[in-house]
Amino acid sequence: MSKPERRPLLDFERPLTELELRIVQIRDLADENEVDVSDEIQKLEARAAQLRQDIFQNLTPAQQLQVARHPRRPSTLDYIQAMTDEWIELHGDRATGIDDKALVGGVARLGGRPVVMLGHQKGRDTKDNVARNFGMASPGGYRKAMRLMNHANRFGMPIITFTDTPGAYAGVEAERLGQGEAIAYNLREMFRLEVPILSTVIGEGGSGGALGIGVGDRLMMFEHSVYTVASPEACAAILWKDAAKSPQAAEALKITAADLKRLGILDEILPEPIGGAHSDPLATAATLKAAILKNLETLDQLTGPQLKQMRYDKFRKIGMFSEVSA
Amino acid sequence: MSLFDWFANRRKSEPISQERHEREIADGLWSKCSECGVLTYTKDLGANLMVCPECGFHNRVFSDERIRQLIDTNTWRSLDDHLNPQDPLEFRDRKSYTDRIRDTQTKTGLLDAVATGVGALAGLPVALGVMDFRFMGGSMGSVVGEKLTRMIERGTGDRRPVIIVCASGGARMQEGMLSLMQMAKISGALERHREAGLLYMPILTHPTTGGVTASFAMLGDVIIAEPKATIGFAGRRVVEQTLREKLPDDFQTSEYLLSHGFVDVIVPRTQLKKTLAQLIQLHQPLRHAEHHTAAMQVPDAFPLPTVTAD
Repeated sequence: MSKPERRPLLDFERPLTELELRIVQIRDLADENEVDVSDEIQKLEARAAQLRQDIFQNLTPAQQLQVARHPRRPSTLDYIQAMTDEWIELHGDRATGIDDKALVGGVARLGGRPVVMLGHQKGRDTKDNVARNFGMASPGGYRKAMRLMNHANRFGMPIITFTDTPGAYAGVEAERLGQGEAIAYNLREMFRLEVPILSTVIGEGGSGGALGIGVGDRLMMFEHSVYTVASPEACAAILWKDAAKSPQAAEALKITAADLKRLGILDEILPEPIGGAHSDPLATAATLKAAILKNLETLDQLTGPQLKQMRYDKFRKIGMFSEVSA
Repeated sequence: MSLFDWFANRRKSEPISQERHEREIADGLWSKCSECGVLTYTKDLGANLMVCPECGFHNRVFSDERIRQLIDTNTWRSLDDHLNPQDPLEFRDRKSYTDRIRDTQTKTGLLDAVATGVGALAGLPVALGVMDFRFMGGSMGSVVGEKLTRMIERGTGDRRPVIIVCASGGARMQEGMLSLMQMAKISGALERHREAGLLYMPILTHPTTGGVTASFAMLGDVIIAEPKATIGFAGRRVVEQTLREKLPDDFQTSEYLLSHGFVDVIVPRTQLKKTLAQLIQLHQPLRHAEHHTAAMQVPDAFPLPTVTAD
């Protein structure tokens, strides 16, 4: 049989993928024996659709995290390929001596207009993941991002960033090259830029490593993306003294798009197809492209200083505390 | 009691726990250095800014003490000391965040992990923020972010240099993403201070890690560190565990950062106030009149070169 076997990658997807596999088998069997089973198939497909909806509308935060980390979830380069008319990747930070493959960027044409796009890049398979360092960028990656953002600023191009990282790389080499400084520098400099900045969490937004390219005029997140101050695994190890408590940590940390919208951090939630972005990458890319172009149209109305002021005000008001008069 | 019995009794008696040991010494007249073991009269240690006179070990100093060390008497005006943390996530690990805040506030007498204000440092006006490690490891949540941002904005408005004494484990997990976003908020305020042409100097003390390192700790025009402080982005254990790499002995110390070019200067606490004053004065542009006078003071022995037409 030439049909590729679909194996469930996530536990909670198992009933769905099993049902889908059965539909394929019945259809093949019917074809071979020339029996009409279309009624049967239709029923099963309706059931599969219902099941898919049930599963994906009721994901726990820990399951959302699994969807956000799904090995088949579209990556930065997948979206760039699907959305842009032209794309030239640009390499290097001009300082470190290494081109960081975990953070990619370049110039592109999107909906007819030139933009700079950049984002964390996870690998598509184990070998690719090793080359991409699982999307964990090094100081050189953040400095490349800054170089490209300055480039955009110089040529008046909007900056489109995509976040998809477990966190900034935590190795000896990264510390030696100033991981903290590289991220800190970007946080400050992004407030200086006078072109529109749009940031989207396409998968996993891991802490400072995510924020290092995430100071945008608008922050968008896909429905099943997550954004965390610390990975639920690390948080569980520190606060619960037990890494196995990470589902509880995922719940407590409020990492989902809906939570972050409520907390006033997120501007816009982008819907995913039922079954997650990986079930229909092209439709998901179309959603992203439409959202980017719509937001750019609004931001185009503003001058550089107005953009800076708006960006400052946006972050200025984040935080929750009380002021008790003494 | 024979000497033999005395030894036997001594062996039977419970060893003094580390915690009790430290408490006794903290309350006592004498302080034992945790580094070299030498006893110092506690008042002398205080007079030496909690630096061991014997080995130079820098004991931890908390916000009130640090402000006394740096700011001239009767010039400190604290800002926003009424800001109180909330529990926006209704966070609960083994203990609820609300309880943790209340207990820590009772224990420390602090509302949160930073003190901010304005005052004079050797006669020079400054805006100062001091993180306090006693309060949940100096972790940065909404209150720390807001107080530092307001202090920096005040510094920009008053055209004061800004100094932040860092001591923090990083972003406060119990406030989730609100904590992470404080990194951007403070960095934005620093960008405006910088744009106004003003001087910012962070002082990195033990420990300065995580989200604080990845934001305002590394954004100084001049970055100062206390000797032998731990300074890093990822925790040493994280680096060790996740990568099983052998780490250099001085990894993530002030000295390591100095030799790799991420810290400008290591200053012992006893020299800190003097050095800060000197740096602030070195960055004050000469006013036009002064500049003019300085130019006039070129000695006669060095006549200005004259341009001749040949």
